[in-house]
Amino acid sequence: MKAFSDLFTNIDETTSTNEKIDALVAYFAKADPQDAIWCVALLSGRRPKRTVKTSELWEWSGELSGLPVWLQAESYHIVGDLAETISLILPKNTSTNDFTLHEIIDRLAELANTDEPQRKEYITNMWLQMDQQELLVFNKLITGGFRVGVSDKIITKALAKHYHIDENIVAHRLTGSWEARNNTLTILLSSKDSATDISKPYPFYLAYPLELAPAELGAVDEWFIERKYDGIRGQVIVRDNTLFAWSRGEDLLTEKFVEFKDLVQSLPNGTVIDGEMLPMKDGAYLPFHVMQTRIGRKNVTKKALQEAPFVMVCYDLLEHNGSDIRHLSLAERRKMLEDLLNAAKNIQPDLPLHISPLINCTTWDDVTAERLRSREYNCEGLMLKRKSSEYKTGRRSGDWWKWKVDPLSIDGVLIYAQRGHGRRADLYTDYTFGVWDGDTLVPFCKAYSGLTDKEMAEADAWIKKHTLEKFGPVRTVTPELVFEIGFEGINPSPRHKSGVALRFPRILRWRKDKATTEANTKEELLTLLKIYTTGTGT
Amino acid sequence: MIIHIKACTDRTYLYNNRSISHVLAVISSATCNWNDFYTLRPEPLTLQVITFDNCGIYCAQAGIYIDPWKPVAKAIITHAHSDHARAGMDAYLAHEHAVPVMKFRLGADINVQGLQYNEVIMINGVRITLHPSGHIWGSAQVRLEYKGEVWVVSGDYKLQQDGISTPFEPVKCHSFITESTFGLPVYQFPDVDEVHADINTWWQKNKAEDKNSVLFAYALGKAQRVIQHLDTTIGQIYTHGAIDNINKIYESTVGALPGTRRIDQSVNRKEIKGAMIIAPPSAMDTPWLRTLQPYRSGICSGWMQLRGTRRRRGTDRGFILSDHADWPQLNTAVQETGAQNVYVTHGYKSIYSRWLQTNYGLNATEVETLYTGEALDENLDKPGDESVQ
Repeated sequence: MKAFSDLFTNIDETTSTNEKIDALVAYFAKADPQDAIWCVALLSGRRPKRTVKTSELWEWSGELSGLPVWLQAESYHIVGDLAETISLILPKNTSTNDFTLHEIIDRLAELANTDEPQRKEYITNMWLQMDQQELLVFNKLITGGFRVGVSDKIITKALAKHYHIDENIVAHRLTGSWEARNNTLTILLSSKDSATDISKPYPFYLAYPLELAPAELGAVDEWFIERKYDGIRGQVIVRDNTLFAWSRGEDLLTEKFVEFKDLVQSLPNGTVIDGEMLPMKDGAYLPFHVMQTRIGRKNVTKKALQEAPFVMVCYDLLEHNGSDIRHLSLAERRKMLEDLLNAAKNIQPDLPLHISPLINCTTWDDVTAERLRSREYNCEGLMLKRKSSEYKTGRRSGDWWKWKVDPLSIDGVLIYAQRGHGRRADLYTDYTFGVWDGDTLVPFCKAYSGLTDKEMAEADAWIKKHTLEKFGPVRTVTPELVFEIGFEGINPSPRHKSGVALRFPRILRWRKDKATTEANTKEELLTLLKIYTTGTGT
Repeated sequence: MIIHIKACTDRTYLYNNRSISHVLAVISSATCNWNDFYTLRPEPLTLQVITFDNCGIYCAQAGIYIDPWKPVAKAIITHAHSDHARAGMDAYLAHEHAVPVMKFRLGADINVQGLQYNEVIMINGVRITLHPSGHIWGSAQVRLEYKGEVWVVSGDYKLQQDGISTPFEPVKCHSFITESTFGLPVYQFPDVDEVHADINTWWQKNKAEDKNSVLFAYALGKAQRVIQHLDTTIGQIYTHGAIDNINKIYESTVGALPGTRRIDQSVNRKEIKGAMIIAPPSAMDTPWLRTLQPYRSGICSGWMQLRGTRRRRGTDRGFILSDHADWPQLNTAVQETGAQNVYVTHGYKSIYSRWLQTNYGLNATEVETLYTGEALDENLDKPGDESVQ
């Protein structure tokens, strides 16, 4: 435990990627093998099941620290992190335990079947044997979530360096679902091929946003131009007559996509297709919120199936007849994908897999014009992929670019502010904006990002001086500041006072030049809604 | 719920430093939330030696302000930080060690009288003395006694000993005015010796990797205490000009510091290798700083207790080192005064005054001031300011 908590501190204390990698490599070199795999699991977001309730943690830490509930709550609002708050208010101790990380995780898992007194005894007893740094890590093990600025890329690089294995192979082995319990990294990383786990997806190749002029990319005919669909990026896998559907977040969603179940018959074994899963009706892709509703359901009803049937827009083939073909050129892979889908369509005429159409462009001006038509297709923009490109791992620049349309925007007035979490703890950074409805301001969206650190600090100071009322962690402020809010889409929402829900709202700029009277109105928002949701059947 | 209010003048009942007529107006309006009124209690019938007005903390009997933020005739200054020692007063009174810094910052021609700790001056029947507050060198608490009633204005203070400032001295009083910069139980600072050792270890490690170590610290107070505890066997200490100016004043007023070298035209930047550089927070992200590459940066502040603040700063390391009192120190200080009436200024004042009321049964009142406490950046308000308009 001490070693892992030191690692956590070392990583937390640096902003340098190389130093984080070095810290991980040093940890792998000396860590208990079962601890090391848990370390990778935790840092890559594979958290163990939660067995202790938040309310219990508050109660027990309150007893030990002698602090009243209201003061714990105030502290939490300011720190913005449950595990950290508790680690800070508990009485100070020195470290007197020598449990390993996996022992602690196992003990925590066992608490699931115990009663409150036993849980309390274990947790409070542990609290008294840890220094502050260990307390934080221990509490994080209980509450889940290790956001410490370690990306999958950093973990992959560190493992590749420690085990002298190619990064791509490491990335592949780490994908999908695997158990850390009673496992080691040596076993996980040395599996001969993906056959050991037939469900394993490949690491996704991700595009960078295009920031240069497209003409700088060279000749148009070296590129495939496709639309960027607004669905769930995923992989469909058929191996050993079994189907798996993965999302990019590495959730296994096979059960949610009932439409895909017959693919076991129509696709040959050893097939992995990369694409975008989204609902489609009468030849048109449906907007994102329709899919969200569908995905959110526990059981997919007949009605839901009829209203929002899923398809996958396929744009890449990663495994063909059981071989990994990611090293081939995109042009070759695409040809194989087309052939494969045609063959499948012969077996299954209502095949829920569509090829992602190529947009025929002869000049970059054509491409530019097509990008502007994206919203007509309910698309987010264009994808530009070099025909000769391999399928790489993770976010890489050079061969694949996403070129999104400019966001829609509206000017709103800041009306409520709340403290942020993590890096923004104790700063008022979570804002609610309003638009005019007559002479009152109706809240229409929340936004958390888009300001620079400097602007954030400035807004924070302003908010503290212009607070009208406090409701727990939320403050109402004098309506004075106007911000331009950008968003990707707009959907009807009976749950919001304004009647709309925005997709990906964020602050584009602080409009210091505008008076509140110049902010937009609810009517203007509803007009946008009308324009951008016509023809989608919702 | 019934609130008993005895006959009183408008000034003697305060809620959040607002008059009773204001409170009654809120109560009678529909928006009243009864939970807000835990602080509504009569002021004890003591002599109001100190009042708070829009110029600062005022002693009417002596006709003198303490740390005023608007120009007034007579001002007692608790310490020379810019939010407490402002320009424009006709006459200043401060601890003798604060005088040279005030002259440096506010002008050599200011009318200022220096006092020693415990030196008595009488103004119109008010007995005034200064007592060490442990915040920075030359910082003081102001004790005012009139007709047996004792008030203490503590300014900024800490109980930790920093090896530079005269240690904090508890002063018995009836009414105590306290800051609350770190008035939240999550602020429980580590042992100072450990932090100093951490700083030296960090410097040593950076030096071994051929990197400079840049530490950001307030020019007045923090910088001197940090330098005092650096291990000079590791390497050379350099200073930013703003730090060096104050160091010189310290050395001519109080005593010697470990040897440091000012980074000016005469210094060849290439010679600065594996060195420790002390710079003010305002030097962050400046071209000046970039000439010191390669370096690692660290900041010394009580705010570094929180991971969020630490990560937000963008420096490599955050050292928890503050010239303000943390939660246990505040509680100790308040209790040791024996005061029944506590006025809580800058910081988490609503939370801290509620704690003093509910936990210790004290008459605690929040007071609005313009002091900023420990700012991370000289241009910004400190993160924890809890003011409500």
